[in-house]
Amino acid sequence: MRGENRMGEEANARKEIEAREEILSGSEIIVRALMAEGVDTLFGYPGGAVIPIFDALYDHKERMRHILVRHEQGAVHAAQGYARVSGKVGVALVTSGPGATNAITGIADAMMDSTPLVVISGQVTSNLLGSDAFQEADVIGVTQPITKWAHQVRRVEEIAWAISKAFYIASSGRPGPVVIDIAKDAQVNSCTYSYERTTFLRSYQPVPEPEEDRIKQAAELINRAKKPLALVGQGVTLGNAEHELQAFLEKGGIPFASTTLGLSAMPSGHPLNRGMLGMHGNVAPNIKSNECDVLIAIGMRFDDRVTGNLDTYAKQAKVIHFDIDLSEMDKNVMTTVKVVGDAKQTLPLVTDYLEERTHPEWLAEFEPLHEKEYDRVIRSELYPEGGAIKMGEVVNKVSEATRGKAICVTDVGQHQMMSARYFKFTRHRSLVTSGGLGTMGFGLPAGIGAKYGAPDRTVCIFVGDGGLQMTMHEFGTIMEHAVDVKIILLNNSYLGMVRQWQELFFEERYSSTRMKNPDFVKVADAYGIKGRKVTRREELDGAIREMLGHDGAYLLEVVVETKGMVYPMVPAGESITNILLGNSQ
Amino acid sequence: MSKTLYTITVFSENRVGVLNQITTIFTRRQLNIETLSVSPSTIEGIHKFTITTFADDEVVMKKLVRLIDKRVDILKAYYNTDEDLVHQELALYKLSTEKVLEHGSIEYLVRKYNVRILEISKDCVVFLKAGHFAETQALFEELANTIGVLQFVRSGRIAITKSKVERLSDMLAKREEQKRALEQEKVME
Repeated sequence: MRGENRMGEEANARKEIEAREEILSGSEIIVRALMAEGVDTLFGYPGGAVIPIFDALYDHKERMRHILVRHEQGAVHAAQGYARVSGKVGVALVTSGPGATNAITGIADAMMDSTPLVVISGQVTSNLLGSDAFQEADVIGVTQPITKWAHQVRRVEEIAWAISKAFYIASSGRPGPVVIDIAKDAQVNSCTYSYERTTFLRSYQPVPEPEEDRIKQAAELINRAKKPLALVGQGVTLGNAEHELQAFLEKGGIPFASTTLGLSAMPSGHPLNRGMLGMHGNVAPNIKSNECDVLIAIGMRFDDRVTGNLDTYAKQAKVIHFDIDLSEMDKNVMTTVKVVGDAKQTLPLVTDYLEERTHPEWLAEFEPLHEKEYDRVIRSELYPEGGAIKMGEVVNKVSEATRGKAICVTDVGQHQMMSARYFKFTRHRSLVTSGGLGTMGFGLPAGIGAKYGAPDRTVCIFVGDGGLQMTMHEFGTIMEHAVDVKIILLNNSYLGMVRQWQELFFEERYSSTRMKNPDFVKVADAYGIKGRKVTRREELDGAIREMLGHDGAYLLEVVVETKGMVYPMVPAGESITNILLGNSQ
Repeated sequence: MSKTLYTITVFSENRVGVLNQITTIFTRRQLNIETLSVSPSTIEGIHKFTITTFADDEVVMKKLVRLIDKRVDILKAYYNTDEDLVHQELALYKLSTEKVLEHGSIEYLVRKYNVRILEISKDCVVFLKAGHFAETQALFEELANTIGVLQFVRSGRIAITKSKVERLSDMLAKREEQKRALEQEKVME
C-alpha cells in the first residue's frame, strides 16, 4: 500500500511539472525532463561540458540521485545493470570527448544485449563544433553504428523533444541504447519548458502487429510436432512475457532450453527446463537441437555461440521464430514460420490454438544425455573429492546459500560460464551478464547498478581476477555510496578462458594469460570494503555465510584451481553436437 | 558467381547523419555502393535515397533492407532489380571546341545519341546525355576514341517503380491511422 501511495504521489508530482510552463535553462530542462520520465537514479561523471547539468542536479538532490562512478565505462555498465534488473531505462551522464569515448564500450554492450539506456553526453559549445575544440569528439559519428538512435542537440529548444524521443526509442520495441549529445550552450541558454512524452514516431514502428495466419501456422506446426524444442532468449524478459511463456510451454508440454541471457526467464527447476544452450551449455539440449522436429525460438537471435556451425544446425527441424525484430528473421537460420511481434501478445495467441500435450517419450530422451554430462562434468565440478577449489563448486554453494533468490551478476570468462551453468534461478530478471559483446570489466559496475535497480535483493557479483582489475576502481563507488554488493572473486591467477583455449587449441602455449595479481583483500580494505580470502575448502561454507550475513559490501576471494576448464565445450565454428567433455570421469 | 545489380530505395526523415547510418550498414555487410542519389521527395521533410549495389542474391538484399528499415529515422527501405524499374542516369561530357570543330560530325552524334548541347564557348563544348549506364558509356567511348573527352561526370541512378503507387504513401497512410488510434486510446484513458 505504501508503495502505491508513493507511486500516486510521484504521478501527481509528474503531472504538476508537466502542467507548468516556465522559462528554464537547458540544464534545468534536462533534469525536469528526466524526472518527467520517472528517472530517480543516474550514473555519471562530471566534466567541463556537463558542469551546468551537474549544477542543475544540485537543486534536485532529493528526487534525483546521482551515483558518482570512477570511470565513465562504469557509469554505463551500472546503468545497464540497473536497467536489466528493474526493466526501466538506465541513464548515464558523461562529459564530452574522453567522457563520451570512455562510455563507448558500455554503449556497444547495451546495443548487443538490447538494454534500454539513455546516455547523455555533454558536447562543446555549438559554435566550436567541428573545430577540434578542447575535449571535442564526434560522438554522434562514433556512436551511430552502436546505438538504436544517436542525436546531437545544439539548441536549448530541442532538449525536451530529444529527451522525450530518447526514452521512447530506448524502451520501446526491441530496446537499446540512445545517445543524446548536448552542446554546452544549449545547456546554458533558456527557453520555455513543456514536456510531452513521445508515444508515436511515423518512421518507427516498435511493435509489429501480430499476423493471424502466422499465429495459426505456428500453432498447427507445434500441435503436429512429436519432438518440439523451445529455445528461450532474453526477448522474453525484455517483453515481460515470462508468464505468457510459461503458459505456452506448459500447455504444449514443450521442453525448453535457454540462451545465456534468457536464463532467468523461467525457473531453473521447472520440470520442462532442459538447461542452457550453446558453446558451454548443456549436452542434452544442444544434441536435441539437431534431433527435434520443430524448433521454436522465442526472443533469441541464433548467435554463433548458440548454434555452432550453421551448416549443420537444426537442419532436420521446422523452425518457428518469435521475435519483435524483423531483421532477426532468417538472419542466421532460415525459418518455416516467422511470428513477428511482441512475445507478450503473440505467445498467448498461439497458446490459444495449442492442444494440451505432454511428450513423455521425447522428454525421456534428454535424460541419458543429462546423466552423461552429470557423470563426466557436473559431479566433479560441484562436488570434488579433493584438490583445489573449483569454480562451479563456489557458484553452486552461493546459489544454495541464497536459495536461488539472489541476483547473479557476472563478469566475462570462465567464471561467467560457470555462473550461467550452476547458479539456480527462481525469480525473473536475476542474471546480469554481458552476453553479446562479452565485455570484461562489466561485472563490478553492472552489479552496483543492479543493486540500485533492485535494492531489496541480494546482489552477488561473480568476477575473475582479470575482469575485476579492468574496473576495480569502482570499489571507490561502492565505498562512497555504501553499495551493498557481495563480490565473489574466483581467482585462478589466469585469464582462464583464453588459457583454456590455449590449452586446447594452441598447444598449451600460455601467451600472456598468467597474471601476477595484487592482494585483493588489501585493495578492498583500502576502500573500506570487508574482505576475506579463502584457500581451503573447509572454510568456504563459513565464508559464504559470513559474506551474506555481513551488512554492506563484501569481497570474498576464493583461490580456485589454476587450470580449471569449462566443460562441456563446443569448439568455435564446429557443429553444436561436437561436444568436448574433458578427461575427468 | 555473377552478381546482380540491385537498386535500393530508402525514404528517411530529413535529419543530419541519416546517410551515415545507411552507409554504415553497407560497410558492415561488405557491399560497395555503385551509385547514390539523394533528393527531397514529394512529401515535405522526407528524403529519398536511390542506391545501387552489386550483390550475390536476394537473400543479401533482404537482410540489408531490413537493417536499413530498422533504423529509427528511416521510414521505408526496399530493393528492386532493373526489371521492376524505370531508371535513368545523366552524364556530362566536356570536349575541346577546337577538336569538335575538327571532327565535324556533331549532327551525327546528336542524332545518334540524342545528345543535348548545354554550352559552347571558345574553349569547350558540354554535352548532356540521359540514359542507362550502357548508353552514357557508349557515348563516352565513342567520344573518347574520336574527339577526346576533357571531363566526364555521371550522376547516380534515379529510379521509380513501375507499380501503380509509391509504397511510401501506403505506409504513411497506415501510420496516420495508427497514430489516430493511439490518440483515441489516450483520450479514453
